[in-house]
Amino acid sequence: MTLANDNPANQQAAAAARLKRRHLVSWAFEKACLTLTLSAVVVLGILLWQVFSDGIHWLDLQFLQSFPSRFVEKAGVKSALYGTLWLVSLTALISLPIGVLGAIYLEEYAPTSRLTRIIEINIANLAGVPSIVYGILGLAIFVRFMGLERSVLAGAMTMSLLILPVIVISAKEAIRAVPSSIRLAAFAVGATQWQVVRAHVLPEALPGILTGVILALSRAIGETAPLIMIGALTYVAFIPEGPMDEFTALPIQIFNWTSRPQAEFHELAAAGIIVLLAVLLTMNAVAVYIRYRGTRR
Amino acid sequence: MSVLATSRNRWGEYLLGKLFFFCAFISVITTVTVIAILAVETFGFFQEVSVSEFLFGTEWRPLLHPKAYGILPLLAGTMLIVVGSSLVALPIGLACAVYLSEYASEKARNIIKPVLEVLAGIPTVVYGYFALTFVTPVIRGMFESTQVFNAASAAIVVGIMVLPMVASLCDDALRSVPASLREGAYSLGATSFEVSARIVLPAALSGIFAAFVLAVSRAIGETMAVTLAAGATPNLTLNPLESIQTMTAYIVQVSLGDTPSGTLTYKTLFAVASLLFGITLLMNLLANHVMRKYQEVYE
Repeated sequence: MTLANDNPANQQAAAAARLKRRHLVSWAFEKACLTLTLSAVVVLGILLWQVFSDGIHWLDLQFLQSFPSRFVEKAGVKSALYGTLWLVSLTALISLPIGVLGAIYLEEYAPTSRLTRIIEINIANLAGVPSIVYGILGLAIFVRFMGLERSVLAGAMTMSLLILPVIVISAKEAIRAVPSSIRLAAFAVGATQWQVVRAHVLPEALPGILTGVILALSRAIGETAPLIMIGALTYVAFIPEGPMDEFTALPIQIFNWTSRPQAEFHELAAAGIIVLLAVLLTMNAVAVYIRYRGTRR
Repeated sequence: MSVLATSRNRWGEYLLGKLFFFCAFISVITTVTVIAILAVETFGFFQEVSVSEFLFGTEWRPLLHPKAYGILPLLAGTMLIVVGSSLVALPIGLACAVYLSEYASEKARNIIKPVLEVLAGIPTVVYGYFALTFVTPVIRGMFESTQVFNAASAAIVVGIMVLPMVASLCDDALRSVPASLREGAYSLGATSFEVSARIVLPAALSGIFAAFVLAVSRAIGETMAVTLAAGATPNLTLNPLESIQTMTAYIVQVSLGDTPSGTLTYKTLFAVASLLFGITLLMNLLANHVMRKYQEVYE
């Protein structure tokens, strides 16, 4: 063995073989990474195909305009769709001002103190709390303690707490992206803190803030577990007319249909999912459009 | 800013500042309220059930007689989901991240990134539907003994669900490794595999570890897919083909019925939720700590 290695020709051959092997390993590694990445794309394809092939033939005006029913042919998502719209509007009304003002405080007002650090760390950790824990909170505080019962308002308040950390974090990023030269210039000509924020920081950061808010709201639209916790009903044959009315929502209706054993109801669930995905897609399209208009300026 | 701001002597400005502070402080109030509620009701629960029965009991039967309140079956169910989903999400997520940061052209990136974002944006109830109508039939086709509700199917879709998060966090970690390290290795003749595996991955290890911890924490808290696909049978088993129940699924099961407040069943919700909250909070803190403490700092 040692003899063979002393021969320069043999050494060269061994080095060439080693190099070839190294390149082969490298090539295989790249292809493996690519394959695994493509598998994620394929899974998305299968998922969408499964939903659409199951549900598309149930999707018609009758489906959108009917209340849920024991009979597959008569069942629809009217109450769920209206419930979701109510829920997301109220959630936006509650969480948007609180989240944006909180972000303004943390970026523009907050001193570098221990309390500020605690608030920042706390928000980061709240973003990781399982949604069902927010459901428990909503059940104990809004539904039972404050006596809001199973109302849209209780649902919207629970959802607001759930998405507040997301809104604050994204709004903070948007505000931080505003160049500080703008603030300094405004301060230099004598503007107060609030004037700087209102007239310069907010208008500049608005597209970013709105994008973040819409994405957070689309998360609220898809959330199911907290709504089940606070007792959103699965069978609702009316449309909520005020914030104190009982309600159902699209993901609840989908959950209900999916958990039934009959295959026809699974197909209804698929049709419901298509409606839900359509709502989400619309919101994301709006977010992308706002981001696009914001960056173009 | 505070040096420049002279707004303190204007009361309108002052009040606005206080209002903004309150909005930010709501997050702290939320956390304190969550902890207080969980603590009070869990304390009430432990007045009636001993701590050792809860933590070490091997049977969870709070809704049927004879009642038993051992959390281990629910923990075991949750762990099955965690292990299964990690087997799916961690390797594939890391591979996605390596591909995106080390190999992908700008064009490929512009396709793959949105796909991952869509996967991340799909509501969990949809994954539950997918598990029940697609993944479960496939598994049952392969293993005859598989039950209709089984841990494997739920674990796979939870893995798919957390995959985008793993990929995007690892991608961030890998991309924060400076190009000069890679170029140094390439100039010494390293192959792209050697650069990725021996230079870039070790340099980004803290970020990757944090991503993995957060993924596990997400899997523990995941609710709807698990409720729909894994079943409602508290089951102390390691067999992924059997029906199980996770902590989250139990909470949903109880709240689907009408449980009056004050009953022991109502309190079990909070005891289980306390454990869930405690575990996920610890993992989130660990992830944040690792990211801050062990992050390699480059000039």
